[in-house]
Amino acid sequence: MNELLRRLFFLPEQGSTFAVKVDHLHYVLLLTTFAVAVGIGAVGIFFLVRYHRRTASDPTPRVVAAPWMEALFIGVPLSLFLLWFVLGFKQFVWVMSPPQDSLDVYVTGKQWMWKFTYPGGPSAIDRLVVPAGRPVRLLLTSRDVIHSFYVPDFRMKRDAIPGRYTDLWFEAPRPGRHLVLCAEYCGLDHSQMRGEVVVLPPADFEAWQDAQRRNLPVAALPGARTPESMAVRGERVAAAQGCLQCHTVTGAPHIGPTWLGLYGRKEPLEGGGVVLADEAYLTESMMDPLAKVVAGYAPVMPGYHGRLSAEDSGALVEFIKSLRPPRPGVTAAEEPVYVPTGR
Amino acid sequence: MSPPAAESYLSDGRTVWSWLTTHDHKRIGVMFLGLTLFFFFLGGLFALALRIELLTPGRTVMGHLAYNRMFTLHGVTMVWLFMIPAIPSAFGNFLVPLMIGARDVAFPRLNLASVYLYVLGASVALWGMFEGGADTGWTFYTPYSTTTGTAVLPVLVGVFIIGFSTILTGLNFIATVHTLRAPGLTWMKVPLFVWAIYGTSIIQVLATPVLGMVLLLVALERVVGAGIFDPARGGDPILFQHLFWFYSHPAVYIMVLPSMGVISEAVSAFSRKNAFSYRMIVYSTLGIAFVGFFTWGHHMFASGQSTFGSGAFGAMSMLVAIFTAIKIFSWLGTLYRGSIAIESPLIYTLGFMFFLFFGGMIGVAYATTSLNLHWHDTYSVVAHFHFIMVGATVMAFLAALHYWFPKMSGRCFPKKLANGAAVLIIFGFIATFVPQFLLGNLGMPRRYADYPPHFQSLHVASTAGASLLAFGFLVIAAYLAWSLRYGAAAGDNPWGSEGFEWRSASPPPTHNFTTPPEYPTGPHEYAREEVPHAA
Repeated sequence: MNELLRRLFFLPEQGSTFAVKVDHLHYVLLLTTFAVAVGIGAVGIFFLVRYHRRTASDPTPRVVAAPWMEALFIGVPLSLFLLWFVLGFKQFVWVMSPPQDSLDVYVTGKQWMWKFTYPGGPSAIDRLVVPAGRPVRLLLTSRDVIHSFYVPDFRMKRDAIPGRYTDLWFEAPRPGRHLVLCAEYCGLDHSQMRGEVVVLPPADFEAWQDAQRRNLPVAALPGARTPESMAVRGERVAAAQGCLQCHTVTGAPHIGPTWLGLYGRKEPLEGGGVVLADEAYLTESMMDPLAKVVAGYAPVMPGYHGRLSAEDSGALVEFIKSLRPPRPGVTAAEEPVYVPTGR
Repeated sequence: MSPPAAESYLSDGRTVWSWLTTHDHKRIGVMFLGLTLFFFFLGGLFALALRIELLTPGRTVMGHLAYNRMFTLHGVTMVWLFMIPAIPSAFGNFLVPLMIGARDVAFPRLNLASVYLYVLGASVALWGMFEGGADTGWTFYTPYSTTTGTAVLPVLVGVFIIGFSTILTGLNFIATVHTLRAPGLTWMKVPLFVWAIYGTSIIQVLATPVLGMVLLLVALERVVGAGIFDPARGGDPILFQHLFWFYSHPAVYIMVLPSMGVISEAVSAFSRKNAFSYRMIVYSTLGIAFVGFFTWGHHMFASGQSTFGSGAFGAMSMLVAIFTAIKIFSWLGTLYRGSIAIESPLIYTLGFMFFLFFGGMIGVAYATTSLNLHWHDTYSVVAHFHFIMVGATVMAFLAALHYWFPKMSGRCFPKKLANGAAVLIIFGFIATFVPQFLLGNLGMPRRYADYPPHFQSLHVASTAGASLLAFGFLVIAAYLAWSLRYGAAAGDNPWGSEGFEWRSASPPPTHNFTTPPEYPTGPHEYAREEVPHAA
């Protein structure tokens, strides 16, 4: 019955626990609507035939609704509507309240791609990998204009808004793949801003996440390798090489200078003088860190000469270059603290 | 093709200048009718272009930028240049004074000014659209609208100017209905169309200034970087949505309330019956005008608005739906034991009732909040508001156009052809918009120039329906244009209607009434006491 009605109404696959619940309410509402619409249509056509005008001056009686009829016309739809509202709002409250034990994933919308970042692990573009049978909470924000994260199979969407966070949770009961669309108009390639949710069996998900963290390609698993830009690669390298243990990407000084907005900045040096943090200086500082130490920091950084491939050091430079406050006037604190503002 | 015999408002000065400087509410109504019909034609062309592009996934005839500009053009033209002025400014201007036994509206010169403001605003907006082509959609959501490189500014300014035209028209009607009703025409005898225009006018006067403010703020943001809505400057983009929908939700009732008034008149005239429940219709009109102001948050269930807030807005939206349901039952009751004439206005009326009910019930489904999370910003919403805007308002506009065509022009149109066209329009409408409901269920987001291939079959069906609809409109345009010149003289009251506007000649003389009309009963009282009802 569920399957029949779902296909009849052109609803997509039920990919989340919420989808099953909400579809049932959907069937009840649409079938009631059809029934009443057919009823109204039938009464209208019956009146049309029964009271069809025969002569131009047919006499008609004066009929006025009795008060009990008016009360009926108000009362019946009102109680029906309120019943539906109560049923629907109960589901709404349930789906707006993420469970305590959910897996958090940060989602950043950007013209015109989705970026998914796991607090302890990797990040990926346009592909969200989650375990089946476990609630997942998405924390959404945007780097530019408003987007809306929409998975039709989950019957769920939420706007991603620059400068603030919204959240959404779902639980996908079965492994599978689900289309992600952007539902809030965001400019030229709005219709191309697509992604996918890959739901893996829990064991496969653990394996995938471990592999991602250890930076090993696991060809057998979907989502193991996304085509990546240098900046994304640099972000991965930075995590793998431990750069981020001393350098933050949020603007906060730590053991070393922050990378946020570093590229192009004029840095005062220990012992006098100023250096422009360009590609050359950044690379020099990786390979021979003690040559030019920024004023106020201890000379503690190990040299990476011979430990970083050219591709990796270039990727790191690109990553640092990409770390800038997204627009003039935005302070670093408004940016997600835990999401490297990559790409 | 002899001109109408008696002196009428049409023969009182035949130069273009006499039209451009007229203070006559009837001529102003006719001018608005011509202008809104022109913009309806333009908006329809834009819609066809969209439908053609959507025939295939990927590029069919235009690229993404052109598509984005096209749907903005379609939305801005249809909402502000056609829907909002169509019934109030055209038919309202022509009929309200006739229906209440007045010589003109309260402020005739202000009335003329509203025509010129409308033309000015429309010109500025369209100039901007064709010069730089805004690509924000008619909703101008920030921060996209404050950062996009396209010509948003002239469109904002144009709509701002049109807003003043709307406010002046509304103000004029409120003053007219309060002060110029003929002696004896008490409030509870006022025709239901006048009540509908009165309710609409209240919304226009209260809501439109908010639109003006928000458009001005977006303009400030673009020009001097005011930082009100753009988060990059410390602003709040959600504030824009609250302000915009505080206007734009009531604006839906600006578009649909007058159409309900038309239907109340047409149902009575073509079934020769008094309204089944006059007072329910009056109170629900005022109820919609009032409660309509407290439902705007139902456009923002997915925006991260508080759960409690969404619930409150959902519950209020259910109340607005009740008022509409009451009206549908009253119209149906009016048909009961009537003498129903199958004429084009009645066919449109039946279509109106069905589409309003269906579209309205989908609105009720959205108001349950949980169902909205799937449908929000998809083709389901597109279909829903087209059911209300086209299925209800355009049907009512066509009903009004046919019902009052003899009143305005003094001529008849070919009735059989009109009935056929009405049926064509109704089927074309169903074929266009039912597939869009299903597209929404399937998960097709709105404002997509391109789409994944599994949506295609329903898009093809919708485009096929749209061409049927377009053909229907062309047929109507052809026979009405022909009838303007060659139609048979209609006589004063060709429908045998007891509506008050038919008490003056058709077309009416410049001064409307030669003797002051009297109002012993309310409108549409057809029952003759000496004729007992048969069984």
